[in-house]
Amino acid sequence: MTATASETRTPRTYRTHSQPAWRRMLLTREMAVIALLVIVIAVALAVVPNFDSPLTVTYLLRDVAPILLIALPMTLIIITEEIDLSVASIVGLTSVLTGILTEAGWPFPAAAGTAILVGAVAGTINGFLITVVGLPSLAVTIGTLALFRGIAVGLLGTTAITEFPEFWTDLAKDNIPGTPIPGIMIPFVVLAIAFAVLLHFTPFGRSLYAIGLNKEAAAFSGIDVGRTKFLLFLMSGTVSGFAGVYFTLLYSNARGDNAIGMELSVIAAVLLGGVSIFGGRGALHGVIAGVLLIGTLGSALRLAGVTSDIINVITGVLLVLSVVSASLLAWIRRRRISAIGKRKGRSATSADSP
Amino acid sequence: MPVEMDGANGAAVAPPALELSRVVKSFGAVLALRSGTITLHDGSIHALIGENGAGKSTLVKIIAGLYRRDAGEFRLAGEEVDFHTTAQSKAAGIAVIYQEPTLFPDLSVTENIFMGRQPTNRFGRIDRRSMRTQAQQIFARLGVSIDPDRVTEGLSIADQQIIEIAKAISLDARVLIMDEPTAALSGVEVERLFAVARSLRDEGRALLFISHRFDEVFALCDTVTVMRDGSYISTTPIVDTSVDELVRQMVGRDVAELFPKLPAEIGADVLVVEGLTRAGVFHDIGFTVRAGEIVGLAGLVGAGRSEVARAIFGVDPYEAGSVHLEGRQLPKGNPRVSMARGIALVPEDRRKQGLVLDESVTRNVTLAIRSSLAKAGLLWSARENAAAALWASRLEVKTAALDAETGTLSGGNQQKVVLGKWLATEPKVLIVDEPTRGIDVGTKAEVHRLLSELAQQGIAILMISSELPEVLGMADRVLVMREGHLTGEFSRADATPEAVMFAATAQKEGAL
Repeated sequence: MTATASETRTPRTYRTHSQPAWRRMLLTREMAVIALLVIVIAVALAVVPNFDSPLTVTYLLRDVAPILLIALPMTLIIITEEIDLSVASIVGLTSVLTGILTEAGWPFPAAAGTAILVGAVAGTINGFLITVVGLPSLAVTIGTLALFRGIAVGLLGTTAITEFPEFWTDLAKDNIPGTPIPGIMIPFVVLAIAFAVLLHFTPFGRSLYAIGLNKEAAAFSGIDVGRTKFLLFLMSGTVSGFAGVYFTLLYSNARGDNAIGMELSVIAAVLLGGVSIFGGRGALHGVIAGVLLIGTLGSALRLAGVTSDIINVITGVLLVLSVVSASLLAWIRRRRISAIGKRKGRSATSADSP
Repeated sequence: MPVEMDGANGAAVAPPALELSRVVKSFGAVLALRSGTITLHDGSIHALIGENGAGKSTLVKIIAGLYRRDAGEFRLAGEEVDFHTTAQSKAAGIAVIYQEPTLFPDLSVTENIFMGRQPTNRFGRIDRRSMRTQAQQIFARLGVSIDPDRVTEGLSIADQQIIEIAKAISLDARVLIMDEPTAALSGVEVERLFAVARSLRDEGRALLFISHRFDEVFALCDTVTVMRDGSYISTTPIVDTSVDELVRQMVGRDVAELFPKLPAEIGADVLVVEGLTRAGVFHDIGFTVRAGEIVGLAGLVGAGRSEVARAIFGVDPYEAGSVHLEGRQLPKGNPRVSMARGIALVPEDRRKQGLVLDESVTRNVTLAIRSSLAKAGLLWSARENAAAALWASRLEVKTAALDAETGTLSGGNQQKVVLGKWLATEPKVLIVDEPTRGIDVGTKAEVHRLLSELAQQGIAILMISSELPEVLGMADRVLVMREGHLTGEFSRADATPEAVMFAATAQKEGAL
């Protein structure tokens, strides 16, 4: 660019990274979660009876599958510094719809498709209120959490629909032939890869981090913040709808209170996986490890005869510790940086003054 | 530089009410106040004038106890003081009236005046009657009629300022500082404020009046102090000076070496703005910027210049008018299209608008070009790093590594990252808003040289700056805005500091 400049100045070269590759790869929050997951599995295999049975793997993965699925769009939403608390209610609503439509004689694919579509509509309602009307997502999705759950319970009352075509319930429950891994993992892995690519390898993904860290600067860089968030809530509703259909088939059960409270499990796992509640930080592999960590720990403790109250306490403590450790690390880093900044500032000032 | 000290009255009996001498204040690497010197006397109104960034506000904030000075002397009635908080400054008898008063809107006028120190009766209850009587007495003394029982919500700015002044009087403040109090007032309200100020002076208080309006300075004040570049320039009795003299002192400085303007071939119109209007913000703004041309947009802070830039780029809306780029109209409010067609905006506030401080240099440099870096929709960090390295080295950004968080860089290097981010988009029009604010002198000169070279390559540049020497040193043409209107256009030859200052500062013909 600067023809005159290049003659007189030697071009600077830069190191791409300030730290060696192994440190960047290994000393991350995501790797810490993965390491913890490996340790929990290893300890459980050694001391918990029956943990090594294939059935444990099957039930564990089946149970966490809805959380794994919903955690994917939730990660993207939290990275943009928003939140979606209505996901479990969308699961409940789509579960009820699947049941009612199947009972009304609809072919199952049509019933399931309609339910997923309703999930997408629910996400659109969230997205509209948040990005077009401009309300905070926390308030909006607390409202739609109650609204969607209310509709679900209202449609079906206290009854449950338990009759579903056997072909479809088997499909939801069966394992991948020859493995203890449930079939639901196939669509999950496909979706996980799609979301990981979207978040980490596309311009869209880059914009999510920028929005989460500084909305104004993102807007000044030509990012349509509203449209981006709208798309995320649409994704969240759609994936929750899919999870609702799966949930119904897995337990052959459509009820208004299905998956009640699941939004908190999802958010807890996402935060445990290293996503910052303040936006702009996190990676998908950490989140997946986070979901599996909570699931594995629960499953191992249950097998070891620990009551569910205690399991809740342990997961709670783990979550608090993970959030505290993140804040602590950030605080230490800030202190180091400001110490460096002060030293630089002093020398610059003294050089500058006449 | 010539320093004309006021007669100094070495034989004065009483020490001055307030005296600042060679006060220094810096923020990190930025020296906001090099040498703040001012002396206020009892029974006198003192004016403080200077360009934006001359250090007036910093000086006031040190007096008010918001900032602590790094060096220099600060004496109140002859005694050395050092304020850590605004409460200390208030207790010492200093009151500051800001442009926008901060009252409690739901409380009554009386309650606002006595907030935090309500008089109590012997049972420890708030003595409303005595409070109300005192408020009425103060208003009577000031010769204004404000109902002491009404809530302050809905009162005009002028009335709110009077309440702040009443508060200062009830505290028996000896020193009153008014920071651009007339900016939001009508003519009648200004007259009333002046009457109040004069009656305070006649009571023997010391007043400091900060204003950009020369007619007001000459109408009200007894003495005037000029500041420039954070330094004291002069103090003169108002009768011994003139508008021309003050303007000369405000702007006159060495321009030559800081602004290496290179000759550039000026081509066809690239950016054409016509009748751009946004109610209450800017009105009927029209201008063109040609290829290879640097057009300076001067004016005071708040004149609407940044708002025009943001409207052109599309992050802000506008109601009427049009923006054409190379003959094609740009849609309103769509920064993505503006960027794609070749407009780049280096915004005013680099920390809030220009950069994602918590992200790496690489991610910041590539944020605006991330779509064009992608191959088949996918982004690879190798391509991002290469692009970032290219622009960092072209602009000589000083950073340890490209993955360093941008917030850890110095102000000047942060600004280079923003410039690199936008130059990477290969713009046809580059709008830079305060491109050198808060950066050191060396980097400033680098930025100026860069802008000059870009113009040589045929980029059309619109440069908004509140620093007059920068505008005059760099621009081929100077536009001036005042209160949302375009009030002047000068060729490089005609753009004298005086002419631009006059266009920027609402001079009424009669006041000259």
